[in-house]
Amino acid sequence: MLSPLVIDTIGSLVAASSPLVFAGIGEVLTERVGVVNLSLDGSILLAAMAGFAVAFVSGSLLAGVAAAMAVGALVALIVAYGSIALGQNQVAVGFVLTLLCADLSSFLGMPFVRIPGPTVPHWPIPGLVDIPVIGRILFNHNAMVYLSYVVIVAAWWFLAHSRPGLQLRAVGERPEAAYARGIDANRLRYVYTAVGGAFVGLAGAAYSLSVKIGWSHGHTSGMGWIALAIVIFGGWSPLRVALGAYLFGALKSLGSILQPTMPHVPTQVFQAAPFALMIVALVLVSGEATEGAARRRLPALLPVRLRRTITGLLRGTPPAGLGKTFQPD
Amino acid sequence: MKAHLAGRRALLALVAIALTFVSSTIILLLAGANPLEAFGHLLTGAFESPRKLGDVAVAAVPLLLCSAGMLVTFAAGLWNIGVEGQMVAGAVAATWAALAVPAPAGVMIPLTIVAGLAGGALWGLLAGVLKTYGHVHEIFAGLGLNFVSMALTNYLIFGPWKPPDGATMSGTDPFPEAAWMPVITGTRASAIPLLLAVVAIAAVYVMLRDTRWGLTLKAIGLNGQAARRMGINDRLHVLVAFAVCGGLAGLAGAVQATAVYHRLIPGISGGYGYLSQLVVLLSGLRAAWVPLVVFFFSVVQVGSPRLELRMQVDSSLGGVLQASLVLFFLLVNGLGRRLERRRE
Repeated sequence: MLSPLVIDTIGSLVAASSPLVFAGIGEVLTERVGVVNLSLDGSILLAAMAGFAVAFVSGSLLAGVAAAMAVGALVALIVAYGSIALGQNQVAVGFVLTLLCADLSSFLGMPFVRIPGPTVPHWPIPGLVDIPVIGRILFNHNAMVYLSYVVIVAAWWFLAHSRPGLQLRAVGERPEAAYARGIDANRLRYVYTAVGGAFVGLAGAAYSLSVKIGWSHGHTSGMGWIALAIVIFGGWSPLRVALGAYLFGALKSLGSILQPTMPHVPTQVFQAAPFALMIVALVLVSGEATEGAARRRLPALLPVRLRRTITGLLRGTPPAGLGKTFQPD
Repeated sequence: MKAHLAGRRALLALVAIALTFVSSTIILLLAGANPLEAFGHLLTGAFESPRKLGDVAVAAVPLLLCSAGMLVTFAAGLWNIGVEGQMVAGAVAATWAALAVPAPAGVMIPLTIVAGLAGGALWGLLAGVLKTYGHVHEIFAGLGLNFVSMALTNYLIFGPWKPPDGATMSGTDPFPEAAWMPVITGTRASAIPLLLAVVAIAAVYVMLRDTRWGLTLKAIGLNGQAARRMGINDRLHVLVAFAVCGGLAGLAGAVQATAVYHRLIPGISGGYGYLSQLVVLLSGLRAAWVPLVVFFFSVVQVGSPRLELRMQVDSSLGGVLQASLVLFFLLVNGLGRRLERRRE
């Protein structure tokens, strides 16, 4: 069976992936309603800083988490307002916000650099933690990590099975059709861009209060871009995006396990690996490339049905109305 | 009518500037710093000595070169976020030339320039190939390659190119002096890179306005499919645009290595690639406005370290000011257009 060491390693990567789960699912909500919030790399930084600073000053973890979520939602609302009301390019506004929030986090976060502060307390769930293997992997963490499970399931159920989720998807696919049926498309876009942004902010708090505790310059930098790539990799579906986040976490921790055993491989290879991996993953999921590759390379190796499953898993189409503004009149 | 429009534009720009100062004041008060003193350092620090004024030119070179390159890719509707990594690739190529080839200055300096152009162009082409053949959006291809290029530099500095007395974060050994760009006496600025940067932005201005290739790129940028139906090989032009932009960014990186640091250091691109994205956005994607914006950004760039020295606040305020100006510029422009529509 699995050794305790392996089980605990898997457990720690489940915890380490929780911020990416929050950010990825937040961005799924935003993009499924038709808005691209490109600011993730900056807004996660600013939210992480705000979350840590507020928790430190107020002594309340809850206040810290709320502040982080508010920051994420506010930044997302600027993207939504800039594109929906003012007709500016979403990518441009999002990119400028990425840089702005990163610099703001450095400037305002200076008094909080590398000081010990509050952390979400470790809390093994009584009973569940004693389940063999799974208990230690899933239920030996803190409340923030458990919340990430809830968010995955809730987002999946919401999008796939609830009526407001259906409306959200309708707006993201064809805003004019949704509008014709009496849905206030742009209002929904504001709402879900903000909700998605709040989850992005939660990702920041998950870093500074749970996974990578504390604050430093560029504390989480790069992770926002990874989260954005995972949304594409996960084909805009909450379950697959969560899977992507765990897969990414697994490969990253595999790297840190392998690194000491392979001293001849320079450490920089492992630093660059996540981003090289991101590019490879995106090449794989881009429609034409996958179909071509599946047709050309997989047949010799795999039975037809399995081949189709793999292609299906890797492919995803963005919402038809993604990034397109809509003017009702 | 035209004067009327220009007046409105100036008004909108003033509103954006005012909003930037109001928001920065609030941020400074939040941080417990004196706003007037901070703005004073930011805006006048560059003018306190000829040496500082020279530093403005030093900062302007990479901004001009990268912005010139990005205007080319933007014309084709491409968001080349990989400029940062293309700078690094150019610096790495120039370093290779400087360390590996024994040559006198007359040969060495042109050689490092060509190496920088080539290194950046190749790195740019990589993003272009990922875009055209791999169907990866250029934002993700470019960003991924930025991070890869940073790791590559660290690998070279701590591996093959490490100084004999041990590798550190301060970079490789200094280049042989033949590879150093001569500086203007009393400053850190070199004339050759400044000249190259001015030529680059002027050339891009003329190319986009008056040449067939400029028109072709714009056609692709407006509607790639329509351009293809008219017989334009859009893939090829996209690749060339990436190579040209990468080449100019690579030249900027090479200059950072040969004229500024005289060695390869980690993070040699220094954020100039990202900053130029802001320059181009604030110029409204128009080459004619780039020099003015570059001048302003460079002044802030030179002034901001004084915040840390004199006021003990983080120099990132300079970046906050630059980015919020661009944000307000975009938002105010949109607001202006919205008011216009309402009046009609």
